Amino acid sequence: MNYPKITKIIETRKEAKDTKTILFKDSVEIIPGQFFMIWIPGVDEIPMSVSYIDKDIKGITFRKIGDATKALYNLKKDDKIGIRGPYGNGFKINGKNILFVGGGTGIAMIAPAVEKASYEKITSTVVLGVKNKDELFFEKKLQKTGAKIFVATDDGSKGDKGFATDLAEKMLNEHKFDSVLTCGPEIMMKKLHSLCNNIPFQASLERYMKCGFGICGQCCIGKGLRVCKDGPVFDGETLKNIEEFGKYKRDASGKKIPL
Amino acid sequence: MDEDAGSMERITRCGAGGVVTKSIGLEPREGYPNPTVVELECGILNAMGLPNPGINNFEDEIKNLKKSNVPVIGSIFGSDKDGFVELGKKMQSYGADALELNMSCPHAKGYGLEIGSDPDLVREITKNVKKSTKIPVFVKISPNLANIVEIAKAAESAHANAIVAINTVKAMKIDLELRIPILSNKIGGYSGKAVKPIGVCCVCEIAKNVNIPIIGVGGITTGEDAIEYFMAGASAVQIGSGIHYRGVEIFEKICIEIESWMKDHNYNKISELIGVAHI
Ligand SMILES: Cc1cc2nc3c(=O)[nH]c(=O)nc-3n(C[C@H](O)[C@H](O)[C@H](O)COP(=O)(O)OP(=O)(O)OC[C@H]3O[C@@H](n4cnc5c(N)ncnc54)[C@H](O)[C@@H]3O)c2cc1C
Ligand SMILES: Cc1cc2nc3c(=O)[nH]c(=O)nc-3n(C[C@H](O)[C@H](O)[C@H](O)COP(=O)(O)O)c2cc1C
Ligand code: FES
Repeated sequence: MNYPKITKIIETRKEAKDTKTILFKDSVEIIPGQFFMIWIPGVDEIPMSVSYIDKDIKGITFRKIGDATKALYNLKKDDKIGIRGPYGNGFKINGKNILFVGGGTGIAMIAPAVEKASYEKITSTVVLGVKNKDELFFEKKLQKTGAKIFVATDDGSKGDKGFATDLAEKMLNEHKFDSVLTCGPEIMMKKLHSLCNNIPFQASLERYMKCGFGICGQCCIGKGLRVCKDGPVFDGETLKNIEEFGKYKRDASGKKIPL
Repeated sequence: MDEDAGSMERITRCGAGGVVTKSIGLEPREGYPNPTVVELECGILNAMGLPNPGINNFEDEIKNLKKSNVPVIGSIFGSDKDGFVELGKKMQSYGADALELNMSCPHAKGYGLEIGSDPDLVREITKNVKKSTKIPVFVKISPNLANIVEIAKAAESAHANAIVAINTVKAMKIDLELRIPILSNKIGGYSGKAVKPIGVCCVCEIAKNVNIPIIGVGGITTGEDAIEYFMAGASAVQIGSGIHYRGVEIFEKICIEIESWMKDHNYNKISELIGVAHI
């Protein structure tokens, strides 16, 4: 039911500058790309991708950017949070050779998808894009899957200097992929979409969310697609018909704001 | 799914005869912080807090929607007659086919039910909106009224074209683990399956006392639920929470269910069913 389950944090991990993982007990089945609504009592309830999928333990990984994520960042072991979900459709992971592109906190939701692909013996190439080396996380976790990992930083402090899309473009020119999966800043995903021409493409979108289960209308895009329920992952064909993709989102009031 | 043109268009593609917009006010409003919506055993509890982009930003949504010729009922909320009049005029100029005056939201201070429980205010606002617009005006009323018939009569006396009943039922859920109300606003409105008998009763009481049409709403998830509202005296119905129970396709499903019920029971027209339960 769409009601938060109150649970205790069993562990917190610092992953990078201002970035933490919170782990809690939960035995629910997750498709990589799905998300939870996380209730921080007295503060807010916000959507967070599932970044850590184990049989009985789940986790989220986030960067502190505002009130809710700051409050979440300051929580400790045994503090209580509420969890609703999982919500959304998640990635379809198929093909023999997949290119994953994660930008910023988008890396959090890309990670379990790479893990699943590796479990299914799919050859995976992963491009991680961050501003600088202090913001990079999950590199080791992803290396363990056997995937080939490439890093791009805006300032060149690690890996290639430049955008994740520059690096991804190079990969797309040099290798043949059956599928491209991405999560990150929408401008990045939009660029990647345009590079993918005929390669099956899936991108995970973010929109302001309230209910998370498709009833309030807050997160709608295109012709009535609810990011929380019909998404957050959309394929390349669908994205072609979503006029606002890469252009604008809406604030809590429903007003359009340019990306 | 009533805040943007794309969603409202999808709803009509799914078989709805028309759409009611999210309630729109004069200024943009973010609504209350989350949690704003949760599901309980028999219904949905929400305190959105009337989030909306403000009437001026809504012009595009209505205009885009009208490109596909969708019948649109513009829902508006204000804190006084001048607010309602300005909103009504703007909605009409953007192309709305009718207006719904929200005088019944149970969880927004200074709006909704706080206005809709005073028959004089209901009469005054409705009268003024009617005077300054040409499109039909519906008044949406709350089940949380000791004097629901009096309020409906006030709307009728001010020449409202129809009554819409009901809005959500004032409600609260306390979380046992945390010992606090789950909604950030504490108080919210209950909708979905649990409220259907309340809605049916309100429609029945109103129907016996006013002569204008009634639009029934509250807990409708099947064709038979809609028929129950017709029997109570509704001429048309609206569906909100049902989308959660049966998907966006609910509109088409309900139309088919109504038709098949009517066929099985030898009815040709919905009008033959309206108010049959009044004896
Ligand atoms: C499906 C989905 C998955 C997400 N997964 C992750 C993740 O794995 N890691 C991560 O770090 N972030 C993730 N986010 C983003 C995260 O929800 C926001 O960063 C968070 O809500 C910010 O809240 P705040 O109060 O700290 O910041 P604010 O200062 O309130 O806002 C900062 C930004 O966050 C957005 N935001 C605020 N509240 C919400 C809300 N209820 N719904 C959507 N966006 C909101 C605002 O629009 C604004 O752009 C995800 C968002 C979505 C929609
Ligand atoms: C999430 C949500 C948002 C709502 N927003 C509005 C609104 O803006 N204006 C309004 O008049 N009623 C609003 N309502 C009330 C519905 O229009 C309807 O009157 C009520 O939910 C009962 O019908 P239902 O059981 O079919 O949902 C809202 C209901 C829900 C669940
Ligand atoms: S967040 Fe409510 S419909 Fe998606």
